[in-house]
Parts: sequence; C-alpha cells; structure tokens
Amino acid sequence: MTTGIKKWFESGSPWVWLTAAAVSTSVIMVAGLLLLISVNGLNHFWPKPIMEVDYLKAPGEVIRVFGMVRESEEVPRSRIEESGLFVDSEEERVTRHLLKIGNRDAQGFDFGWFLDSNIRDRRYPENLMALERREWGDLIGYLKNVKQQDRIVATGEAAVPELEKRLKRALELFAQIREIEKDDIGSVNYALERLRLQERKLELKDALTPARKDVIARDRAAQDKRYEKLRVRLSELYEQINRDSLTAEIMDGRELEVPLAKAVRVYWPNALSWPQRVGFFLEKTWEFVADEPREANTEGGIFPAIFGTVMMVIVMSIFVTPAGVIAAVYLREYAKQGPITRLVRIAVNNLAGVPSIVYGVFGLGFFVYFLGGNLDQLFFPEALPAPTFGTPGIFWAALTLALLTMPVVIVATEEGLARIPSSIREGSLALGATKVETLWRTVLPMASPAMMTGLILAIARAAGEVAPLMLVGVVKLAPSLPLDGNAPFIHLERKFMHLGFHIYDVGFQSPNVEAARPLVYATSLLLVLVIVVLNLAAIGIRNHLREKYRALEGG
Amino acid sequence: MENTSLPPRVHTLNQTKAAPMDQSQPPTHGFDMSSALGRTEERALDNERICLEVKDLNLYYGEKQALANINMVIPEKRVTAFIGPSGCGKSTLLRCFNRMNDLIDIVRTEGSIALHGEDIFRRRVDVAELRRRIGMVFQKPNPFPKSIYENVAYGLRLQGINDRRVLDEAVEMALKRSALWDEVKDRLNENALGMSGGQQQRLVIARAVAIEPEVLLLDEPASALDPISTLKIEELIYELKENFTIVIVTHNMQQAARVSDYTAFMYLGELIEYKNTNTLFTNPSNKQTEDYITGRYG
Repeated sequence: MTTGIKKWFESGSPWVWLTAAAVSTSVIMVAGLLLLISVNGLNHFWPKPIMEVDYLKAPGEVIRVFGMVRESEEVPRSRIEESGLFVDSEEERVTRHLLKIGNRDAQGFDFGWFLDSNIRDRRYPENLMALERREWGDLIGYLKNVKQQDRIVATGEAAVPELEKRLKRALELFAQIREIEKDDIGSVNYALERLRLQERKLELKDALTPARKDVIARDRAAQDKRYEKLRVRLSELYEQINRDSLTAEIMDGRELEVPLAKAVRVYWPNALSWPQRVGFFLEKTWEFVADEPREANTEGGIFPAIFGTVMMVIVMSIFVTPAGVIAAVYLREYAKQGPITRLVRIAVNNLAGVPSIVYGVFGLGFFVYFLGGNLDQLFFPEALPAPTFGTPGIFWAALTLALLTMPVVIVATEEGLARIPSSIREGSLALGATKVETLWRTVLPMASPAMMTGLILAIARAAGEVAPLMLVGVVKLAPSLPLDGNAPFIHLERKFMHLGFHIYDVGFQSPNVEAARPLVYATSLLLVLVIVVLNLAAIGIRNHLREKYRALEGG
Repeated sequence: MENTSLPPRVHTLNQTKAAPMDQSQPPTHGFDMSSALGRTEERALDNERICLEVKDLNLYYGEKQALANINMVIPEKRVTAFIGPSGCGKSTLLRCFNRMNDLIDIVRTEGSIALHGEDIFRRRVDVAELRRRIGMVFQKPNPFPKSIYENVAYGLRLQGINDRRVLDEAVEMALKRSALWDEVKDRLNENALGMSGGQQQRLVIARAVAIEPEVLLLDEPASALDPISTLKIEELIYELKENFTIVIVTHNMQQAARVSDYTAFMYLGELIEYKNTNTLFTNPSNKQTEDYITGRYG
C-alpha cells in the first residue's frame, strides 16, 4: 500500500496532476469571469416582458403593479416582517422580486422589491407599453392617446401607428437640433473663444491696433450673425418638435402626459416576436457602443469613454515606445556594464512595482501643475487665469501612463537586444558598418518583435489603469471628444472619459444604483473587449515582424 | 547617385604577377594532399609583395597574454594559413587584422600591424573603413535575416550605394565569384536563412567579396560544414586568391595543405614556424611543428 503510494510519487504523476490542476484553475477562473460579465452585461439589452400584477400590499389593500423582473432572491420571512412589511405566507423563507416599475417622475422611485407570496394575479397584456425617455427613466403604462398641440388625434388602438409615425418625426427633428447645438453652435462658440483669445493676446503684447481691432470685431460680427441664424432655425425646430405628445395610464391609474420631444424609443415588450427581440437587442447593444450617455451615465451609450480610452492608449504608445526603446538601447548597447548600469536597471525594474496612484500624484504635481502651468505662462498667457494645459487632460494622462509603463518596454526591449546573437553584429561590423549602422540596419529590426511585446504589455497595463487617471484628466462626463472638426482637430488639453473610470463612476457614484448596475457589467465587458482588440492588433504586428526576422530561432 | 567606387575594382584580374616563380602554378588543381602540396613548392616569402606586416605584436586579455612577440608578413594575393592547437591564438591574431578585438573591452594590444605600410592601430584610423578593406568570414555562417540579395548588397548600401542597377551588377558579380550564382539566381528575394549551411557560408563570402576588400580573413570557414560544402569552399578560396589576399585559420591540416601557399604554425600565443606550406609540411625545422603535423599533439 505505502510502496504503491511511494511509487506513484516517484513516477512523477502527482507533479503532472498538480501542474495540470493549476492550469485548469486559471482557465476556469478566466472563463468564469468572462462568462459572468458577458451574461450580466448583455442580459441588460435583452427586452424583458412587463408583468402586470395585483399585489397585496397590506391585508385587504390590493394595488396594481407594472414591472419588469430584474432579479429574484430568497430571504428569511422574519427579516421582511421586522422591517414592517406584510408577508402573506407562513413559510420560513420567502421569494422576492426586484421589479423595474419605471415612472420615476410620478412614483418617486423606479425600482422596488415585491414579495412573490403577495402576488395575486399575473398578466402579460400585449398592449402594455414601455417608453424610454431622455429624462426620468422609462415610462411603463397603457397608451391612452396621442395629441397634437393639445388636440387629441388618436386614441386606443389607433394611437399606436400614429405614435410610431410621430415619434419617428420627433427623433429626426431631435437629431437635427443636436447637430446644430453640438456641431454648429459648438464651432461658433469655439471660433468666438479663439477671437477673444486672439484679442487678449494682442492686448498683452500691446499690439492691439485699431485696424486689428476692427478685423476682430468684423470676424466676431460674422460669427454673431451665423449664431443668430442658427438660433432662429433652432427655435423653429423646437417649436416643431414640441408639437406632439402622448398620454399614458400608469400603474396607479394616473394619466401622464409626455412630450414626444422627450421620448427615445417606444416598444410593447409583451408583444415582441422572437426576431423583433433579437432586433431590439442588437439595436440596444449598438446604442450602447455608439451613443453618448444620458441621465447621469445610467442610460444611452458609452462611446466617448471607448474613444477616450483608445485615444489615450494610442497617445501613450506614441510616447512610451520611442522613449523606452531608446533607453533600452543605451542601457544594453552603449552603457558600460558596471555597478551604475546595474543600479539603473534595478531602479527601472522597481519602477514597475510602484503603485499606480503614486504615478497619478506625480503626474498631477509635475506634468499638470509644473509643466502645464509653465506651458500656459509661456504659450497661452492670453487664456489665463483659465488654464489650458495647466489642468488635467488627456495629454498628461497619456504621459503619466507612458511613465508608468516605460519599465515594461525597457525590460522587454533589453531582453530582445540581448537575444540577438553576437555573430550577427560581428557580421555587420566586419562589413565596415559602424555601431550605429549595425544598430539601425540589423539589430533594431531584429529586436522589433521584442519591442512589440513590450508595447503589448504596456497597452494591457495602461488600458486597465484607473487610479492615476482620476488625478490627471479623466472625468465623469466630457462635453466634447478630444478629436473633433474644429481646427486643430486634436485637442490634447481636453479632459476625457475612460471605460475604467466609467465602471467606477457608474458602479459607485451613480444616483440610481439599480439602474446603473447592469451597466457596470456591460462596461466591463466592453473594456475587456477594447483591451483584447488593442492587444490583438499589436500581436498581429509582432507576428508579422517575427516572420520577417526569423533568424533568432536558428541561433 | 554616388557610385564612385564602382564598377567593381577588378583591377587585379589581368594584372601580371610580380613574383617570378609564379608561372609554375598549374592552371588546374586537384585536392588530394600530395598534389596540393606540389603546386606551391617554389614559392618563397622573400619574393612576395607584402600586404600586411606584423611587428612585435603582443596581446593581452586582461592580465593574460594571448599573443607574444608576433612578427610576420602576409603576402599579397596569396593564401596564408594559420594552424595550431585550440587556444593557441590563431583566431585572436586573425581578429587583430581588422581590429575585431576592439569589441572586447578587456583586450589590450601592443606593437603594430601595417596594411600596405600604414599602421592600423593608429588613433586616426577609421575602423569601419579598415574593416571595409579587410573583410572577414566567421566560423559559423551568419547571414542577416534578410533576402539573399539584401545580404550581398548590405556592405554596398552601407557605402551609400542605392542605385538599383549598380547593386544588381555588384550582387551578381559577387555571387558568381563565390560560385553561388547558379544556385540562387532565381530566388534572390528569398530569405537567406532558408539556404543550406554550405550555401549560407558561400553567401557570407559573397557578402564580403561584394565590397571588394583587399584582404579576406577566413576564421575556420568550413569547420561547421559537411565535406562536400567544405570542398566547395576550398575551391572557392583557390579562385578568390587571384583577386584577394586571403588569410585562413583552420584546424584541419589537410585543408591548410590543400589551399594555402604559406602556413604559420602557432603554439601558446607564439608564432613557432612560418614558411612556404610545402616546406612546412614536408620539412619542418621546428620540433613542435613536426610533432603537431605528425599528430603527436593538438
């Protein structure tokens, strides 16, 4: 018996089992993580039926409730009763459901817990309507009528097609309004601000001659005229969009009137066929990826956050790659390998272990306040006291993360350089190449896959980093993207949104926790996807380079 | 376009040899030892034109002396072989000629080596230019991970020659000289690492030949190759000596006997005996040399 065990140990099988178990555990954990955030995140976009129930609120008091089941759980009956609620059950444990009941404006809250035991009757009427609005969350109720300038145009069944038609018109108008407000008026404001700065600059230099003043005044008048035209057009559009409204009966029997200008989407969840549900799911998912957030980030999409994350990572890569590679080349190729070089190398490696928030503090103190403040004094005195670069922004965030990820790039590049056989260098030198020529023509191209490995690790680290960004440029809601149609198109001084921070914000800072929770998962899923895509792109480039400089395998 | 150094300097091809004994050299040659020895018989160092001259050369790796008081001349357009047991300093001496030892921090050199009368250790000497004039081929083939064409063109591009026509011509010429042209002319743009070891070594020779050096240093060029590839390399050396001064380090005494005109035997960092290959192998004047070539040690 014991000899059998001993033999088994000697055979090495336990070692195989142990290692295999370690791998399986990792795989299961990663798969589980992905599965959890995918299911929870994507489930949010799937249309859920609305339940209409008669609910026993207290003995003898029955109310009507409309709601979508968000989640269910079992709780001890005693706990519910202690909090003073009526439980119509003698069971030890009771089930309760979290229902999204909507209508926050009328009912005060849009989520509520309801006990399964108190539910008397469940119905899924096909004409129960869900309306997504720009304010106050969803409306859930029966459509009563559609009005045009307070005059009823359709009621009951006939109101449905009328509503769909008029909502489409309202959405088109809304898109126009947005375009004018955001793009056209935005660019007018931008131009006016530039004129103001131009004037101030000339004033500071004592060069504001009457002639120049006239030119500026003329430009300003032109912009004012443009604005006036836009304003007139805008008020026309507003008048048109405010024409229609709908009336709906909500669960407590009251009637609520909603202007169509405030509506985003209307649907009848209980009447949806399967293809319609899939279509709805895809539409919602696309909205999430491509649209801007609404209602304190609890509704709409997160496009600005995706954009901000990707742009910040790209700007960071542009800085960290050359800087890291140059540092590695010096350390490996030029520096005399002695105690000082070793010390520098240890210091660099240890930089990778510094908590990221420390980099954030450094970035704020050095980049933002010191560098940014001085840049403002030198180049943007006309804007002062309002800071241009002396305030957190995407540029400083990218630089801070470049600093944070520099050790990774240096270490990876150094390893790549060290792996290039000396015979190749000697071959180049023996042909009359200088050291620099050898580096540029042979060594660096051959080390490029290693540099890409460094960059891949840097991207993976930077894209997921949140803590330092909170100090150096990330915001909850950025009014404009760091890339737009106003010259000079790239605005690196602007603040930006970031997926990682968005998760934190939606998860912990949201005024409406229940509404925001699914978005935490969905945003996490998207962040993982963005990092995967960025990494795959870098890995693709690396594999291409590897194929090209395959010499290393030959030794 | 800067192409002053081209067309390739083939000036040596039709040049009549200065050495009076030269006519005895047979136009064809075999590679068995006896006939190899036969063809350099009458040559003597005194009659040769001097290419490289080594004077009182001492070399130290840190504290350890690796070369002691080397004095020798390398004749022009001849093949000179260095033989000797491992660690005797023959490769170190070879690497002195193009200052490859500079790459090793702890190496210190005393004495002088003159290339056509000019000391290569002087401060003013441009090492890259020196290495262009004195090419080198290493023990293991070390082609760059580039195409065959780019490997051969590498040295020319370093000189700023980028004219496609000039490069094409020079690449073809170099590959023909290293007897590789027929094998690779249809796949010049393929990666050089896809070639066989022997082909790679000839490619490396072509790469060195393409920049028209005056001297070609070969550091055990055939030691990593199979017998057939070795034979091809040896034939190539025989062809190349018409145009280049060749110095070859080899472990293989038969090879030294087959390809070289002059042979130097080194032992423990010292030059023991250096003379006409035929004489050295048939009639060594030194006891150590005799012991080595008869296989008593080494």
